[in-house]
Amino acid sequence: MSVLPAPVEQLLDAALVGELTVVDAAGHPVTYPLIPLFDGERIYLTSSTLFSRKLEHIKGNPKVSLSITDPIAVGGRTDRATIQGDARVIEEDPHGGWERLLPIWEKKEPSIVYFLKARVALPLFFERSLIEITPRRALYWAAGNATTAPVVSDAGKVAA
Amino acid sequence: MGAAAAETTTPRTPALDVRQGLDKLASYPFAILTWVDPSGYPVSVALPVAIDAPAGSAVFTAPAGLTVPAGVDVSLTGSHIRPQPGYGYDERRHVTVWGRATQTGDRVAFAAARAWGWDEAEVPFFEYSERSIGQSKKYFDALTVERGTPVKPKLSFGWLALRTTRLPFLTATIVPVVLGIAIAARQGSFDLVTAVLTVIGAAFVQLGLNVANDVFDSVQGADEANVTPTQFSGGSRVIQYGLVSFRQMAGLATTFYVLAAVIGLVLLGLRGSTALLVIGVVGFIVSIGYTAPPLKFVYRGLGEIAVAIGFGPLMLLGGYVVQTRGALTWEPFVLSLPVALLVALILYVNEIPDRRGDARVGKRTLPVRFSKAAVIGGYRGAAIAAYAILVAGVVAGQLPIPALLALLTIPLARQVSRGLEPNYDNPYGLMAVMGVNVKVHLYAGLLLLAGYAVVLILGAVAPSVSLFVGR
Repeated sequence: MSVLPAPVEQLLDAALVGELTVVDAAGHPVTYPLIPLFDGERIYLTSSTLFSRKLEHIKGNPKVSLSITDPIAVGGRTDRATIQGDARVIEEDPHGGWERLLPIWEKKEPSIVYFLKARVALPLFFERSLIEITPRRALYWAAGNATTAPVVSDAGKVAA
Repeated sequence: MGAAAAETTTPRTPALDVRQGLDKLASYPFAILTWVDPSGYPVSVALPVAIDAPAGSAVFTAPAGLTVPAGVDVSLTGSHIRPQPGYGYDERRHVTVWGRATQTGDRVAFAAARAWGWDEAEVPFFEYSERSIGQSKKYFDALTVERGTPVKPKLSFGWLALRTTRLPFLTATIVPVVLGIAIAARQGSFDLVTAVLTVIGAAFVQLGLNVANDVFDSVQGADEANVTPTQFSGGSRVIQYGLVSFRQMAGLATTFYVLAAVIGLVLLGLRGSTALLVIGVVGFIVSIGYTAPPLKFVYRGLGEIAVAIGFGPLMLLGGYVVQTRGALTWEPFVLSLPVALLVALILYVNEIPDRRGDARVGKRTLPVRFSKAAVIGGYRGAAIAAYAILVAGVVAGQLPIPALLALLTIPLARQVSRGLEPNYDNPYGLMAVMGVNVKVHLYAGLLLLAGYAVVLILGAVAPSVSLFVGR
């Protein structure tokens, strides 16, 4: 089921990194570069407990956005997108729960499976929670240029 | 509370002032302007930005079709990675500068107020991770409160046991003890049961030392202060990571020492001698006093000597006197000296990346006390001394000629010596050097054992042939 415009989904699939923005307790945007993992319906990101402040922010305010802006990280594509959505933190099993996303993650970062085999070297890095984003709205810049207004799509309507 | 304190005392990333943040932002090909829209969701748009870092400001053209809010914080972010196909990526860095935006026509002026970022070229990923363990603890503490049951990070039992006990470093014990047994065997004294018990007992002493070292370093804050541990240095960190509790570690260290003591008593009962009793008692004192108060040898700059004595003469002579029922000769003592120097050099080099953290908690190791040139010179001097003693021992007829096989490790020692200078201030670059240094001791020990195997075999097949100079 397609929930986002096709080019936005293609960007999500291609992106080696995207910028997750969360809103802190004071209402300020805080941006973190992360690998976006898209399963065709929802966007997932994983966060080590070492860098878990973003999770605290999400628990306080689930409204987030994920932008794909860097042409280098998307194989040279010049289009750009920002997806707004509602996030929830999945943390039932920080030790291994996130590993269900390993197949998608490995496609973008093949070395992760080798690092995981050596998790004894950096155990806390592999204690991770999942961030699940349900897309609500997408802003898409076909030319990647902010001098042109973005095409705005309601993710819910696309999904319907 | 603890996590908050850790975050206060150990900044996760270097503080950035506004100008530094803007300077960094200017190095990115574009910036990502972000704000929170009226519906409460963040909006991000990539655009070119003209930055005036000294003025703490930036200007850009207002993004079409979107309204940049005035009177609230917006942010400008730069983010970079370098894709590495088939592997992943490297060169991670990002910076965010927050401030207020004022739009006039289609021009937006941005006045920066604060900045934050991370560049793995400045703070390597492993160090950034170590600096962030307080945040991880905070996370698990919060989950524990939320669920009403302890939630902790985990490792499989095997990996946890390996990490907690630092099992691979047992070679430091096995090498000298087996050498002592080999010398006794060459001299005609060998008993398999007590030989095996000696190796196991000595291993328990080292395991006790390894774990107790973490316990007392944690008490004294040394491991917390060290943000650049490596696989060879900085302790097991299982307490800091929350994998094993302090109490469990203290219990484990006690268990290892009790097991060592029990085996020591059995050996005293089976092959008792004054020499063994003295070696056992001194060995326990050196082992426990390494980091434990009141002795704290390693905090007083005596750690290297303690390790040299413990893993050199004490281990080697201990293995020897169990077999000879207390009889002593010069041969095991002479051989223990190069072994002692090489094992002390493992600690010595491993202390180099720890020296800043050690200095903060008053751990006066030699790399803390001396300059880079002196420390590197010290390595070379000690390594040369180790090989010189070996050669002198052979020339003097105290050691067998095949013991010279250990000289084959000289190229490895030179590799370490040459690697210290360029990697002295780079803990992660030094890891490979530390790895080679461990091999110097291990391979030298194995080659010495091989030499004694030659002596034993030749002694069995051709008893009239001597492999000692002058005999």
